[in-house]
Amino acid sequence: MIPSVLPARAGLGFKPEHYAEAAAALRAVGFYEVHAENYMGAGGAPHVMLDRLHADHAISVHGVGLSIGGAGPLDDAHLRRLKTLLDRHQPESFSEHLAWSSHGAAWLNDLLPLPYTDETLATIIAHVDQVQSVLGRRMLLENPATYVTFASSTWPEVEFLREITRRTGCGLLLDVNNVFVSAVNHGFDPEAYLAGFPLAAVGEIHLAGHEADAQLGAALLIDSHSRPVAPPVWELYAQVLARTGPLPTLIEWDNDVPAFPVLLAEAARAETLLERARHDAAA
Amino acid sequence: MTPQPDHRAIETAFHAGLWSPQAPEGHDPKRFSVYRNNVQHGLVRALAARFPVVERLVGPEFFAAMARVFAAQNPPRSPVLLDWGDGFPGFLTAFPPVATLPYLPDVARLEWLRGLAFHAADAPVADPAALANADPDRLTLTLAPSAHAFASPFPALAIWQANQPGARPAPLPAGPQFALIGRTPGLDVTCEALGADQTTLLRALLAGAPLARAAEGIDPTPLLALLLRHGLITRIGETA
Repeated sequence: MIPSVLPARAGLGFKPEHYAEAAAALRAVGFYEVHAENYMGAGGAPHVMLDRLHADHAISVHGVGLSIGGAGPLDDAHLRRLKTLLDRHQPESFSEHLAWSSHGAAWLNDLLPLPYTDETLATIIAHVDQVQSVLGRRMLLENPATYVTFASSTWPEVEFLREITRRTGCGLLLDVNNVFVSAVNHGFDPEAYLAGFPLAAVGEIHLAGHEADAQLGAALLIDSHSRPVAPPVWELYAQVLARTGPLPTLIEWDNDVPAFPVLLAEAARAETLLERARHDAAA
Repeated sequence: MTPQPDHRAIETAFHAGLWSPQAPEGHDPKRFSVYRNNVQHGLVRALAARFPVVERLVGPEFFAAMARVFAAQNPPRSPVLLDWGDGFPGFLTAFPPVATLPYLPDVARLEWLRGLAFHAADAPVADPAALANADPDRLTLTLAPSAHAFASPFPALAIWQANQPGARPAPLPAGPQFALIGRTPGLDVTCEALGADQTTLLRALLAGAPLARAAEGIDPTPLLALLLRHGLITRIGETA
């Protein structure tokens, strides 16, 4: 089974409009992450750009389309497309989400929430087993940002994730911004959530910006990936690193994407905290 | 104790709420609307990325409203959104609010073909020297997977060109307009205006006809020059 291992440095989500700068800024970041589905065309520029970046950087392929948290069976055709993509580019890491996004034949184009029950746990474990076996890879599963919860849930999210990783051997992708957004939205303590999080399974961290909801204001935060990482998220991130040591850390900025130097500055900020964690680990 | 809805029933209710103004039972409507907005906004942006000139021609607000109608009627069937939107030109043909812009569906079709060319499979360019050595009566040409023929009764290519960033205002030619669409070895998608007879020839070549049969009564030189210039011939062979 191919592991998912990225360098314990800051990475950036790759945007094609930044290609020339990213290719020229040799090893300015430790890795680039791309959304799997954007690279499922047969050929052309996307694959050429990815190959070229991969020559100098580790690549993380992050899927948004598998609907691992869905009640129905996984989409075999999509799993095959994913296998083709991963075989072609041999990225250092593959990750997906604890969410669902298709219903019947319809693709819903968002990461939708699910109840945490014995029933959904069994389904997700079967799905993760299937993904890892078809891809021949250990995948990372990401904790979601959510706006609603379900009265039928019987598992806390952290315990749910722990059980998935224990039963399937998959790793976890800890999105610290998602933790903060969900904590505000559902009124729990993000530090308590992180205190219970199975950090030993974490293979990558995501950091992103969020926004207050247009209707409900600061009571409902939206995981918008449209702004700099917020101060309390940096603070939680530093607390996590103090416990784990340096971990591969992605700055996600997918909407209202700024100029490349702005992204590099966010990555440099993460790199400063990673450097401190490296220093502390060595001390 | 009331029985809990199962996983599939929860999904069904959630799905229904995404395309109706009603949130599913048990969820706060304002919180649920975040998901509805994400889904609809994401699809509108995906369609706008694929049809930027259509968006420019009708304006972003109109485009967003129209894209939501299209998405509700033709939701994606796969997570690969770069494959989504092939029905959009046909939708525009039948969408009454844009009936006053009869060229709009053809501009959309041009943008769709450009997208196909952008993502088409790679194929090595044939050595043009092989043309000189081939028997002209038996010559067959395989074109790149990115090559497409485009035809419109309107000056759709000129409209598309006039709406590119930095385009200078220029008088529009009269329709019809024809074009060769393809991707160069440098990975640029190109649209070259063609004559009607050259388009007939291009279509025949794309359908696999040998050159002599495809070019009956047509001078193939202008098209061949274009295909060679843009590296769109991937195999030069002879029929048995």
